Amino acid sequence: MDVTSPAFKENAARALDDAQLQRALGNIRHGFVEKRRVAADALPEFEQLRDEAKAIKDHTLAHLDLYLEAFCETVEARGGTVTFAETAYDARRAVLDICREHEAKTVTKAKSMVSEEIELNRYLKKKGIAPVETDLGEYILQIRDEAPSHIIAPAIHLNRDQIEADFRRVHTHLPNERDLAEPATLLGEARTILRQKFLTADVGVTGANFLVAETGSAVIVTNEGNADLTQSLPKVHIVVASIEKVVPTLEDAATLLRVLARSATGQDMSVYTTMATGPRREGDPDGPEAFHVVLVDNGRSGMIGTDFQEMLRCIRCGACMNHCPVYHAVGGHTYGWVYPGPMGSVLTPSLVGVDQAGQLPNASTFCGRCESVCPVRIPLPKLMRHWREDEFARHLQPRAARTGLGAWAFLARRPRAYRMLTGLAARALSLAGGTKGRLSSLPLAGGWTKHRDLPAPAPRTFMADWKARRGA
Amino acid sequence: MSAVPDDSAAPPRVGLFVTCLVDLFRPAVGFATVKLLEDAGCTVEVPEAQTCCGQPAFNSGDRATTTAIARQVIEAFEEFDYVVVPSGSCGGMVSRHYVELFAHDPEWHGRAEALAAKTYELVSFLVDVRGVDAVASRFEGGVTYHDSCSGLRELSIKAQPRKLLESVDGLTLAEMEDAEVCCGFGGTFCVKYPDISNEMVERKVASIEASGAGTVLAGDLGCLMNIAGKLSRKGSPVAARHVAEVLAGMGDAPAIAAGRKG
Ligand code: SF4
Repeated sequence: MDVTSPAFKENAARALDDAQLQRALGNIRHGFVEKRRVAADALPEFEQLRDEAKAIKDHTLAHLDLYLEAFCETVEARGGTVTFAETAYDARRAVLDICREHEAKTVTKAKSMVSEEIELNRYLKKKGIAPVETDLGEYILQIRDEAPSHIIAPAIHLNRDQIEADFRRVHTHLPNERDLAEPATLLGEARTILRQKFLTADVGVTGANFLVAETGSAVIVTNEGNADLTQSLPKVHIVVASIEKVVPTLEDAATLLRVLARSATGQDMSVYTTMATGPRREGDPDGPEAFHVVLVDNGRSGMIGTDFQEMLRCIRCGACMNHCPVYHAVGGHTYGWVYPGPMGSVLTPSLVGVDQAGQLPNASTFCGRCESVCPVRIPLPKLMRHWREDEFARHLQPRAARTGLGAWAFLARRPRAYRMLTGLAARALSLAGGTKGRLSSLPLAGGWTKHRDLPAPAPRTFMADWKARRGA
Repeated sequence: MSAVPDDSAAPPRVGLFVTCLVDLFRPAVGFATVKLLEDAGCTVEVPEAQTCCGQPAFNSGDRATTTAIARQVIEAFEEFDYVVVPSGSCGGMVSRHYVELFAHDPEWHGRAEALAAKTYELVSFLVDVRGVDAVASRFEGGVTYHDSCSGLRELSIKAQPRKLLESVDGLTLAEMEDAEVCCGFGGTFCVKYPDISNEMVERKVASIEASGAGTVLAGDLGCLMNIAGKLSRKGSPVAARHVAEVLAGMGDAPAIAAGRKG
């Protein structure tokens, strides 16, 4: 996926002007927020569960090498294989090699953000293998050739009319006069089409929410059941998952599942929680003949031991973006890569470089709503601030901002000079504001006065007035 | 005031950290703060050596400047029994973030911790520390209260201002929808990303107007200047004030961004 994060501001301007997108974003603003609140309130131990979830992740990350090794051993003991992929290229190459080994022509896929990250679809297509997304939202995006705009609701930026038009454009073998007015009929049509794909696919690729070291299982949750069909019908099941998905035990996965769906959609549990443990054994009623796991690093091990290690606790619930007023204003595509919202603003610079994604951690008011709902208590604003520190240290910020900040810093450290200048500024600005008490334009303050007036100061600062009144 | 400060003890010495925005843009908030603190049985002093808490530098990633400013604030204020700030975000800066800044400097870390332990945002200080549960003040009309982000999420300020506002004669509190959602100020954010900030403040102002209240109150001047500036640009009749002004009975001066008489 091409990185358009450097054009964040232009992307944002376009998004703010897009009336259809703005309507679609309205659903996130209230729907998800209210549902999470109700779910959290209904569970007295929810806050304690968040602490436990955080502790599980912290413990695992502190011993990541051990748990990854243990996971590999248990997978292999159950007849599966594990490939460790250091880069995105290594990962997609590993998937291709397995597909070729099994002479695959069609691959079904259940939703996986990491497969977006490694650009798996584009790659497989180029190599003559047809990937088919089976999550309804992902399927819609695939036929539109678009990227997800949300990590759990990938097509949230679209409305029903757009989807109907896409279905009519692509499903040309179906009668033209068919009725697609209801969401249910759209869903029905997608089901019919996907059912055939499920039955003919040679390989099924899924992501994973958790990899369990104790049992060698990959756990994935969906609301559509598409991951079950993706992994149990084809001959071959490939799990593509990033290294930080590993947890020690099934019990740990269960704890994390309890906070995951509640934080994401406000459900107690997702509709389907599917566990894949090795290939089909003798006597199993179904399951694939071969089971492969591709473990993707792609920059993550470099985060271990740094300020950004905490980001690897993320369980991709989407709560941070559901609650983010900046995401609500501009939507997910504005962020310009796979991961949007607050978690993307921390993770994207780690994975594609802060020189490319430096806008993201800056485009935050640090309102802290993301951190207040994150089930694994990632201090997202603090981590965004760390990126700003990194940029500052490397002189990556615009010169005007640096100069302004430098001059202000000089004064802020010299109270007497500061007092003199603020005194003068108060007088000048107060005069400029006149009796109206506000300024509607001001040199160098265009960013402020473009959309709002600047309240004019009083003629005397508090410090000057206090001294006059109390003679301090 | 119906609180019963403990008269047997000497009145606590409070250092007022007035904040750079109040100093320059709204001195009335400083005087309202002094009145509320004195009514609550404190003696108030205003150290000369204060400028700003350092948030602009901190949030721009300039740690060296932030650290220098933090040292200056610690030195100016550590002699007091309490430090009180009429702002949740500056209060949070001193009581939460200074400690982080000095994580690797044992001497200053200790001093930052000591200061953090006695630094409070104004309204939470009155209610939680001084036990104030009512103020002797009058304000005619409906108000709505915007929960500024840092105060709400870093310092758990939510019930305290509402409690004191309820005791103001003539005042009715009308909650707005999404009172806890950011107004789009965010310090330098609002000038770095003016269009996104504008979208956020437009939504905030729409919620404020929908509440039907004639006045919006908050505990942070940054948010208030943003909100007042937008209300004024829209030509809205809603007035914006710092909560301290209303609690101190100073709610009849011109509102933020409103004209002066004469
Ligand atoms: S950062 Fe936290 S809230 Fe955001 S997706 Fe990850 S786990 Fe969920």
